[in-house]
Amino acid sequence: MTWENSLPLLIVLTSLIPGAIIFFLREDAHSVRTALNMAGAIGKLVLIGIMIIGLEAGTTYETRIPLLPNFDLVLRSDSLSVLFVILSATLWLVTTIYAIGYLEESPNRSRFFGFFSLCVSATMGIALAGNLITLLIFYEFLTICTYPLVVHRGTEKALRGGRTYLVYTLIGGVLLLVAVIWLHVIAGPVEFVDGGALNGIAEEQPALFSLVYLMFVAAFGVKAAIVPLHGWLPRAMVAPAPVSALLHAVAVVKAGAFGIVRITYDLYGINVANALGVLMPLLFATCLTIIVGSLFAVFQDDLKKRLAYSTVSQVSYIILGVALFGPIGSIGGLLHLVHQGVMKITLFFGAGNLAETLGIHKVSEMDGVGRRMPLTMAAFTIGALGMIGVPPTAGFVSKWYLGSGAIEANASWVIGVLVLSSLLNAAYFLPILYRAWFKTQQAPWPEEHNFGGRLETHWMLLMPPIVTGFFALFLGVLPFMLRSLVELIIMREYI
Amino acid sequence: MTTVLPLVIVVPILAAIGAFLLPRWSFGIALVGSLVTVGVVLGLTVEMPEVGAVRHTIGGWRAPLGIDLVLDGLALLMLLLTALIGLAITLYARGYFGKAAPETEKGRQGVYFWALWMFLWAALNALFVSGDVFNLYVTLELLGFSAVALTALAGKPNVLKAAMRYLIVSLSGSLMYLMGVAFLYGGFGALDIALLSSLTRETPALVVAAALMTTGLAMKTALFPLHFWLPPAHANAAAPVSALLSALVVKGSFYILLRLWLEVLYPLADTLVPHVISLLGVGAIVWGSIQAIRQTRLKLLIAYSTVAQLGYLFVLIPILALERDNTLALAGVICFVMAHAAAKAAAFLSAGNILQALADDRLSKFDGLMRALPLTVTAFGLAGLSLVALPPSGGFAAKWLMLNVAIAQGYWGMTVVIVGGGLLAAVYVMRVLGRLFKQAAEPDVMSALKPIPRVMEFSALGLSMLAIVLGFMGVYVLDVLEISALTVAGDS
Repeated sequence: MTWENSLPLLIVLTSLIPGAIIFFLREDAHSVRTALNMAGAIGKLVLIGIMIIGLEAGTTYETRIPLLPNFDLVLRSDSLSVLFVILSATLWLVTTIYAIGYLEESPNRSRFFGFFSLCVSATMGIALAGNLITLLIFYEFLTICTYPLVVHRGTEKALRGGRTYLVYTLIGGVLLLVAVIWLHVIAGPVEFVDGGALNGIAEEQPALFSLVYLMFVAAFGVKAAIVPLHGWLPRAMVAPAPVSALLHAVAVVKAGAFGIVRITYDLYGINVANALGVLMPLLFATCLTIIVGSLFAVFQDDLKKRLAYSTVSQVSYIILGVALFGPIGSIGGLLHLVHQGVMKITLFFGAGNLAETLGIHKVSEMDGVGRRMPLTMAAFTIGALGMIGVPPTAGFVSKWYLGSGAIEANASWVIGVLVLSSLLNAAYFLPILYRAWFKTQQAPWPEEHNFGGRLETHWMLLMPPIVTGFFALFLGVLPFMLRSLVELIIMREYI
Repeated sequence: MTTVLPLVIVVPILAAIGAFLLPRWSFGIALVGSLVTVGVVLGLTVEMPEVGAVRHTIGGWRAPLGIDLVLDGLALLMLLLTALIGLAITLYARGYFGKAAPETEKGRQGVYFWALWMFLWAALNALFVSGDVFNLYVTLELLGFSAVALTALAGKPNVLKAAMRYLIVSLSGSLMYLMGVAFLYGGFGALDIALLSSLTRETPALVVAAALMTTGLAMKTALFPLHFWLPPAHANAAAPVSALLSALVVKGSFYILLRLWLEVLYPLADTLVPHVISLLGVGAIVWGSIQAIRQTRLKLLIAYSTVAQLGYLFVLIPILALERDNTLALAGVICFVMAHAAAKAAAFLSAGNILQALADDRLSKFDGLMRALPLTVTAFGLAGLSLVALPPSGGFAAKWLMLNVAIAQGYWGMTVVIVGGGLLAAVYVMRVLGRLFKQAAEPDVMSALKPIPRVMEFSALGLSMLAIVLGFMGVYVLDVLEISALTVAGDS
C-alpha cells in the first residue's frame, strides 16, 4: 500500500466509512454524527489536495482491484476526474453543513446522513472510475443510495416520486449494462484514456459502434435529464431541499452529464465520435432539451419545480459543449459542469431557506421576501443572474465559450438557441427577483419559523448559500483559475 | 488429508442421530455437528488449489462395484455454499425454536427440526460428491424425504396439504430420474459419471434418458411450468425451513441436472432439448416475476421470486452443453446459484423475523417497519439488491458473466430476458421496500411488536452480506471451477 495505489480508494472511503458508521448511531447522537460528517468531508478535501499536489509533480494515482474475470475495479486520477472530484467534494462539504441545519430536528436522521454519505462516495467513484465497469458499478450504486433520500419524508407523494425516479433510472441502468458489455464484446477490455481508447477500432465497424454510443447517451441521458428522459426530475422534487441540491448540483444529474463527457472524450475520443457522426444527433437532442426545459420552467408556480425544469435545460449546456466539435465549445461545456453546480446549489439553498424559515413554496408567495431575508435572496439573485448569463457571473463565461464554440464548429444556429434560452431564463427568473425585491409583502408568511438570534434564519442554513453565491460570482470575475485546468483537459483530448 | 472427504457426510449423519436420540441436547449436538462440518469443508477449500480434484473410494472397492466420492471445483463450491448458509440457518433456528423443553409442542418441533436438518445436510453433501448416477438417485431420494418432512413440521392443515403435494412431486421426479438411469445403464453399461462421459453418443437410449432425467429433475427444481408445488410449500413452511428449501434443496436437483448436461448428455447439445429447457427458463423468469409482483403476502412473494430466479439457471443450458470448456458460462451459472442461495435465505429469514414480530406477513401492514426492525430491513434490502442484480452484489457478478456470454454468442433474446428479469425483480422488491420506508399511520402499532432474538436478526444480516461479498468473488469462482474431476477418473 502506497499513496500511489491507495489514494483514489481513500478518497472514496472517506465518505463511505463514516456513512456506514452513521447508520448504526442512535437518533440523538447529534454530535458524533456531525463530527463524523465533517471529518469525512474535510478529510476528503485534504486527500484531494494531496492528490492535486502529486499530480502537478507528475505522479499518477491508481487503485486496481481484481473484481471479475478480465475486469478490474480501477480508480484513477486524471485531470477530468480531478475537476469533478473538486466540485463534488467542495459542494458536499457545504451541503452537509446545510443538511445538518435543515434536518437535525426531524426523524430518521441517522438513515438520512448514512445514505447522504454513501451518495457522495458513489459520486467520487464515478469521477475516479478508470474503466467502464467501475463507472457502471458506482453509477448504479448512486441510484440505490439516492432512492432512500428521495423518499425520506415517507409520505405517499414522496414514495410516488421515488418510484418514478427508480423506474427511469433502473431502465437507464439496464441500458448502460447492456451497452458496457456489448462494447466489451466488440472492442475487448478498454480503459479510459486521454484522447479516446477506440482510435482505430471503432472505424472497423462504424455502424455498430455508433449504435452502442447512442445507447450510452440514452443510458446516461436518463440521469442527465435529456428530453424526453427528464420526467423523473420534477417529480423527485418532493425530496428535502439538501437532497434536491445534491441531486441537481453534485451527484445524480451531474453523474449523467459526466458519463457522457467521459464516454465521448476518453472512451471513443472526440475525433472518433466526430468521424462516426454521432455528435450531430446529440447536438439536436441537447438544443431541444435546452429550449423545452426552459419553456416548462416558465409555467411553474412551485419554486422548486421551476428550478428543476431549469436544471433540465442548464445541464444540457454541458453536453452541448461536448456535441460542438471543437476545443472552445468543449471548454465551455466543462466550465459549465462546475458553474451550473455552483449556481444551482445556491438557488436550491435559497429555496430551502424560504421553505424552512417562512414556509414559502410558491413563486406567488414571494412578494417582498427580499426585505425579510436579504442575504439569502442576495445569494439567490446571483445564482439567478448567473443562470440567465448576465456578465460578470459564472453563467456568462460558460455561455460566451459555448457561443464562440458554435461559431468555431460552423453551427451558428446554436447561438440562436442560446439567445432564446437566455430570454426564457430571464422570463422565469426575473419575475421572481422582481417580486422579492420590488413588491411589498401582501399576506403573512405561510408558516414562519423563528430560529432565535438576530440572523434572518439559522446560521447553518444561511452560511452555505452565501459561500456558494460568492463562488458563483467569483468564478465569473476570476475565471482563469478554473479555466487553466479545463484548458489542460481539453488540450489533451484534441491531440 | 483427502481421507477426510467422507466426513462431510458422516458428521452430519452422526449429529442427526444424536439429536434424535438425545432430545434434551439436540441443539448442542446439531451446533457441534454444524461447526465440525463447516471446519471440514473449510479445510478442503484451503487444500483444493494444491491437491486438485479428489476421487475417494469408500472401503477400497473400485468402480463399478464400490462407492466413489468425487470432489472437483464445482462440488467444492457447492459444499462451501451449503456450509456457510447451513451455519447461519442453524444459528437462526436456535432463536426461532427457542429453548422450549422437548415435551412442549414447540420443543418437539425443535427436536425434529434439528435431526431432520442434519440429515438433510448429509444428503446434500453426499449428493454433491457422488460420482455415479445411481448414488445420485439415492441421495436425491434422501434429500427429498428430509425436505418434505421438514416442510410438514409446522403442522397446520394447509402446510400438510402443501407437504403432501411436495412429496408426490418429489417421488415422481426421483422415479423419472431412476428410469433415466436405467436407460443409461442399458445403453452404455456404466453408471460412473466419468466413465459415462467418455462413452455417451447420440443414441435413442440417450435421448430417452435425457428426456426422463431432465423432466424429473426439472420438476424437483420447480422449473416452469412444473413449479406449481413450490410456492405453497416454501411459503407455508417454518422460516428456517423455507430458507433451506429455497436456498439449498432446489439447488441439489439442479446440480445433478447441470452435471448431467456437462458430462453425460452433452452429445445432445445440437438437438432441440437444451433449447426447450432454455425457453422454459425464460417462461419461469417472466411468469414467476409477474406472480411475485401480484402477491400480497411477503413469503409468497419471495417464493414466486424463487420460481423466477431458478429460471435463470436453465437459460444458459444450451451454451453450457455446446461448449463444455466455456468456464465463463459455467462460472456465471454457479455464481448465480451461490448469490441466489445467500440472498434468498436472507430474504426468507428476514420475512420470518417480520412475521414473528408482526404476527402477520401482509405487505399492507408493513408501513414504517424500517424504524422498528432496522437490521432485518437492511438484511432484506441487501438481499433485494442481489436479487435485482444491482452492483455491487453476487447477483450482479453472476448476471455480468451470463450477459457477457450471451452477447458474445449473439443470443439477443437471452440478453433481453436476463436484463428484463432484473427490472421485474426490481418491481417486486420495491413493492416491499417502498412500504417499509413509508411513515407508520398508527405509531402504537409499532410499539406492539413482539421482540425477536438478536441472533435471528444477525444471521439474516450475515447471509445478506454474503450475497454482497459474492460480488467480489467472481475471479475465485472461476479459478476453482477450472479444477475438473474428469482428468482424475479412476485412481485416487
